[in-house]
Amino acid sequence: MRYLPLSDPDRSAMLAAVGAETIDDLFRDVPVEARLDGPVEGLPNHASELFVERQLTALARKNLVAGEAPFFLGCGAYRHHIPASVDHIIQRGEFLTAYTPYQPEIAQGTLQMMFEFQTQVARLYGCEVANASMYDGSTACWEAIGMARRITRRTKAVLSSGLHPHYVSVAETMAKFTGDCLNVALPDLGPETDAERLIAAIDSDTSCVVVQYPDILGRIADLTPIAEAAHAHGALLVAVVTEPVALGLIRSPGEMDADIVVGEGQSIGVGLQFGGPYVGLFACREKHVRQMPGRLAGETVDAEGKRGFVLTLSTREQHIRREKATSNICTSSVLCALAFSVHMSLLGEKGMRQLAALNHARACEVADRLARIPGVRLVNQSFFNEFTLELPVEARPAVRALADLGVLGGVSLGRLYPGADALQNGLVLAVTETVTDEGIEALEAGLGEVCQ
Amino acid sequence: MTVNPSGWRPTTPANEPGSADAVTGNRALMLEEPLLFEIGSTEQTGVDIAEAAQGGDRLGDLERTRPIGLAGLSEPEAVRHYTRLSRQNYAIDLGLFPLGSCTMKHNPRLNEKVARLPGFADIHPLQPVDTVQGALELIDLVGYWLTTLTGMPAVAMSPKAGAHGELCGLLCIRAALEARGDAREVVLVPESAHGTNPATAAFAGYRVESIPANADGRVDFDALKSRLGSDVAAVMITNPNTCGLFEPDMKAISDAVHAAGGFVYCDGANFNAIVGKVRPGDLGIDAMHINLHKTFSTPHGGGGPGSGPVVLSEALAPFAPLPFVEKQGDRFVLVEEETVGEHHGRSFGRMVAFHGQMGMFTRAASYMLSHGADGLRQVAEDCVLNANYILRALEDVLDAPFAKSGPCMHEAIFSDRGFGGGLATLDLAKGLIDEGFHPMTMYFPLVVHGAMLVEPTETESRASLDQFIAAMRSLAERARAGEPDLKAAPVHAPRRRLDETLAARKPILVYRDPKAAEAAE
Repeated sequence: MRYLPLSDPDRSAMLAAVGAETIDDLFRDVPVEARLDGPVEGLPNHASELFVERQLTALARKNLVAGEAPFFLGCGAYRHHIPASVDHIIQRGEFLTAYTPYQPEIAQGTLQMMFEFQTQVARLYGCEVANASMYDGSTACWEAIGMARRITRRTKAVLSSGLHPHYVSVAETMAKFTGDCLNVALPDLGPETDAERLIAAIDSDTSCVVVQYPDILGRIADLTPIAEAAHAHGALLVAVVTEPVALGLIRSPGEMDADIVVGEGQSIGVGLQFGGPYVGLFACREKHVRQMPGRLAGETVDAEGKRGFVLTLSTREQHIRREKATSNICTSSVLCALAFSVHMSLLGEKGMRQLAALNHARACEVADRLARIPGVRLVNQSFFNEFTLELPVEARPAVRALADLGVLGGVSLGRLYPGADALQNGLVLAVTETVTDEGIEALEAGLGEVCQ
Repeated sequence: MTVNPSGWRPTTPANEPGSADAVTGNRALMLEEPLLFEIGSTEQTGVDIAEAAQGGDRLGDLERTRPIGLAGLSEPEAVRHYTRLSRQNYAIDLGLFPLGSCTMKHNPRLNEKVARLPGFADIHPLQPVDTVQGALELIDLVGYWLTTLTGMPAVAMSPKAGAHGELCGLLCIRAALEARGDAREVVLVPESAHGTNPATAAFAGYRVESIPANADGRVDFDALKSRLGSDVAAVMITNPNTCGLFEPDMKAISDAVHAAGGFVYCDGANFNAIVGKVRPGDLGIDAMHINLHKTFSTPHGGGGPGSGPVVLSEALAPFAPLPFVEKQGDRFVLVEEETVGEHHGRSFGRMVAFHGQMGMFTRAASYMLSHGADGLRQVAEDCVLNANYILRALEDVLDAPFAKSGPCMHEAIFSDRGFGGGLATLDLAKGLIDEGFHPMTMYFPLVVHGAMLVEPTETESRASLDQFIAAMRSLAERARAGEPDLKAAPVHAPRRRLDETLAARKPILVYRDPKAAEAAE
């Protein structure tokens, strides 16, 4: 077997060295009745690299690849071009096959990268500090609600109707067990966000208000009034960003006085990968850092006074605090954070702004073209690279019909909100720099057809 | 002039010719690297992006007015920056990485190749399910291997990492108890457990109580039995445990817990020691997470991403989280909120936005198919043999508290008993760095004083083990002799020991431009 270096003579010699006659002597603590006599039944035996690659390639071929079709899906995962050097760097064995940097003297590569990543995230979000990543945006969002509970010692969170419904579901699942009380609502297919509802719902029991920016329908609204209302009641504003490229063009949540900003970082450097692994981003005010979950890299000096980096503030974490930890999180998403950080370094300020401008311009063009299809209405007045259409027909079958035409034409609100009758004609489309003129024409033609 | 004053400079002995400081701060292949923000600029970029058409402004009057402050690099500068950083990392690709409990085995490159097939890497989680049948089949395939290898009837694939899997298991248990109207408050966790176990139990709303270990390093079964009662929701047991020992009473423990109305959660972090040899389902386990990044060789990546599917017993399966893949005829479907009522109305809900760590499933599938049932059994046997080989080669120079009671499983544990001159585990571990190895897991589990937990894995050759053993013997002798030099180790690493107290007392977590920092003060 190609991954096992021991030869049979090695095994015999080593068994003799440890004073065992057979390998099963080393498994003698396992009661005999629990030991299997031979390989587990129902599974094939070992296979060559050629065979395995062929078998898995056959499965991969059964999928319709985003890059091979006109593609317009978003809603929490976005298709952007990733420079070739990003994947090259994350495949360097020194990054790929390293562990969590518990031994900083021989892990400065990962630690310095984490410190740079934290700086990039904090600056992008307009916050003072950021951590070294979470599992993904949805779990980062829930952790932010938990952090707000710890800071305010209150348990009522008000969630915007524009928050990604999967993020809401994750929070609802967790709240069942932690006792947090969540105020949730369904979105309206209109141009306005639910800022008024949120402001009205804040009271002296509120731990936080959670607002997605841009929201699930792509709408962009000023967070400042919500921040003011929250702060007036001693509550926190948690902003959630699922499309970080937007922040190349629009104001950061931190600038609008959000206390905690979390989100999905997949858009930058990390591919679609059918939903994971992704990279959760998490930033906040410096004064709250000791309530923050997740790994943190910090600057320090070594015994000779040279600058270096270590994992720090670990007294918040499970391996020190056990049941009193701020979170049970142990693994983060460091390799995806590296991909994010490399892509972000390649973009820089200039590239990030250009990329965002291109996305927005392309989205404006497509929105206007599609809104001219008879019976189709553009819901948004404001958007970045993602907007919602109201179709004259139910969107879910329309999306399936588009797929039959070879067009991956957006996410239906019927998929995201299966029970909500008022939303069934809603279709959310994302337009990034990767769409082509031919793709737009195919979408336009296909949508015209399925809307008849 | 030194170009890089903050950087690493090797100490050249003063009596050698050419002993002046390097101009650059670098020496041969020992290359320092400044921070991105010290070398990049907001004007530089490493991408060429087409000019945007004019006229689009639907930003709701929220156009950015302030700069972000992102440093950019051209592609050659970026590749060099990260390549130089990478060289300051130890990694499995460089040598033996004996971190106990972490299972740092070789990461096969075929895994990386198949994960990057466009049919897996470039599909969106919300595409119509008819366009992703191959992806759903892949998830189903990995689920089949996991349930078959563990002898368990069901699996939840969506948890993102081991600790997330623990949470999944405990939430299933809590949902099952609530479904039968049985409010229990306590989760029992052995002293030797991973820190994630009590943290997870607390997060799931339980009070955590500790169970002591006996002198053999196993769970004290009598103490456990006497604590069981109508308030105990679950017992969380790691098997093989964190002392590297199999819990021989596991089935009896499960039976006792079940008789008292509770559930058994098994931390599967050490499943690599028994894969293909023992099926946890035969030991009465109700839930167990499997770290794909340990047993099934997906890369650790410097701290994630991981993946933590959870296998479940019949009693817990109905409560598994959404979404999951089901085969209906010759078609795979994704059961989400919409269809849950028909099939699976008692699910405790959704844990994560999409369907789990697809990129890790493809890598694990590649590993499983490569090894097959016979190869996985060999994996368990070789990792156990390697660990015992180390244990027996070191037990005369290092205190091995449980060596007398029999063989270990996949990892060997030692203590710092007998060290002289005020030396501790930390010093030996740092000495190992100077010998060209990554240190073992230190000070864990807590039940052994100055614990050193050594896990070689099955992907080390005998020659590699012999070299490690020689280094360890030398270090053990130096530690017992109280050699003060060890206090200063490492001296050959890119950095000497770092001041962690300073880092925590005055946290600097992001880069601040010196000018901005000065202006602020």
